[in-house]
Amino acid sequence: MKTKISLGAVFLVVTALASPGFAQNAQIGKLRGSAPVGKVLYRRYCVGCHGPQGDGNGENAAWIDPKPRDFTAAVFKCRSTPTGTLPTDQDLFDAITRGFVTTNMPPWKPLTNPNRADLVAYVKTFSARWEKERPGAAITIPPEPAVTIAGILHGRELFQKNDCWKCHGPQGHGDGPSAPTLTDSKDNPIRPYDFATGSRFKCGVSNQDLYRMFMTGLDGTPMPSYADTMQPADAWDLVHFLRTLQPFHTQEAATWRAWLPSHWEEIKAVGPDGGSGASQ
Amino acid sequence: MCILRTSTRTLLTPILLGIFAITSAAAGAGGITGKVTLEGQLLKAKTINMSSEPGCAKLYSTPPTTEDVVVGPGGGLKNVVVYVSAGAPKQTGPAAQPVSVTQKGCRFAPHVVAMQVNQEVRVINEDATTHNIHPLPTINREWNKAQPPGTPPLQETFAREEFISVKCNIHSWMHSYFVVLKTPYYFVSNENGAFTLERLPPGKYTLTNCVARGLWQTVSRSDHLRRRDAGG
Repeated sequence: MKTKISLGAVFLVVTALASPGFAQNAQIGKLRGSAPVGKVLYRRYCVGCHGPQGDGNGENAAWIDPKPRDFTAAVFKCRSTPTGTLPTDQDLFDAITRGFVTTNMPPWKPLTNPNRADLVAYVKTFSARWEKERPGAAITIPPEPAVTIAGILHGRELFQKNDCWKCHGPQGHGDGPSAPTLTDSKDNPIRPYDFATGSRFKCGVSNQDLYRMFMTGLDGTPMPSYADTMQPADAWDLVHFLRTLQPFHTQEAATWRAWLPSHWEEIKAVGPDGGSGASQ
Repeated sequence: MCILRTSTRTLLTPILLGIFAITSAAAGAGGITGKVTLEGQLLKAKTINMSSEPGCAKLYSTPPTTEDVVVGPGGGLKNVVVYVSAGAPKQTGPAAQPVSVTQKGCRFAPHVVAMQVNQEVRVINEDATTHNIHPLPTINREWNKAQPPGTPPLQETFAREEFISVKCNIHSWMHSYFVVLKTPYYFVSNENGAFTLERLPPGKYTLTNCVARGLWQTVSRSDHLRRRDAGG
């Protein structure tokens, strides 16, 4: 029996070396994820939604909205890398750890860090893209400037000028004129984020996460990348304005609310008459 | 080979549309010309409601219509990509120049853009509103970029042969097709359905045509035209 186990272990190692998955082991800091180990975990925890083939067609998928991620397409929402590129292992690790708020994907913090690293390695075996391409280079995020009313006002102008409101709504309630028509890349209806709900963002909670989300875009969804057209200083101003749309006691919200009562007549409402774009 | 990303709904519609075919293909000096026609019952173009984007709507004296099926005089079918799928000589000469697609009046112009693998495509925004360019490939990389008014053209390439549906999510009616081909011998039929494949030496070629939305099932009935080119 002992010999059999040893042979089995050797076979497992040889299989791992020969399979494409071996080349796609995950590296998260000092953690090294193993696809064969991840497969066992995947088939216990993930297969019900994401399916045995990783295509998002698990047995629960029919009752889930938004649909589970299709790993065979290798298109991921939460990335530190430019639109159209593969995410880093750390990005996938963070997504598994964080889960996706307002969806059926829970945070997988109950699993150990090595386990989540193993899952990252296995998720990468579902698409040949991981064999042919390297992850994109993470975008650079400059240090966050101080929150100022001038910055918030400029961010508000950018919210208008870049037509963010057409999906997210003039007040950030997710009710812009384009909102009802939005579909994801698989033609399933999808809703833009409603800042007023107070729910977390899908890809993290910090200001840096928010910066990263609209600069890289959420691939597979209608949310595009603004990295090609928005300067870093402008992006930080937009971050600070977006925070004022949330019902939180943030520094941005406090600055805005302290300024607004004595100046509300000076600003134009965001929206069709907000003074930008084709609607002028 | 035509590769088309489409929905189940559009797969069911070809019966209503009739059959299209290359009705003539003549070998000229160093090229092939022909005409793509649509036979049978026509699907009427739908009116686009641009009321949510008044700045674009006001550019049209009559409401704009969808461009998936554009039939000209004599049944000529516009926006059909005709290309040499087999038998073409290897490409020589300088690299292909960039192709351009312009967003104007909240529509993509042209509606169908053919390009070679790794040929640069420039996407221009001439509107006073933000668009997002969102190709939905299955074998190329999917990306999605915002293009606010007044920003420079986007410059992109596609590495693999594919028929790619392209959307602007902000304006749900905006749709285009990027047809990425290995061959440099292709032509998108004009408003009369006419096409010209130039600079082809004498030889035997297989022509294939690709059309957008709904018509693609009929491609299999008439997609190959084998022709011995005696000209040149």
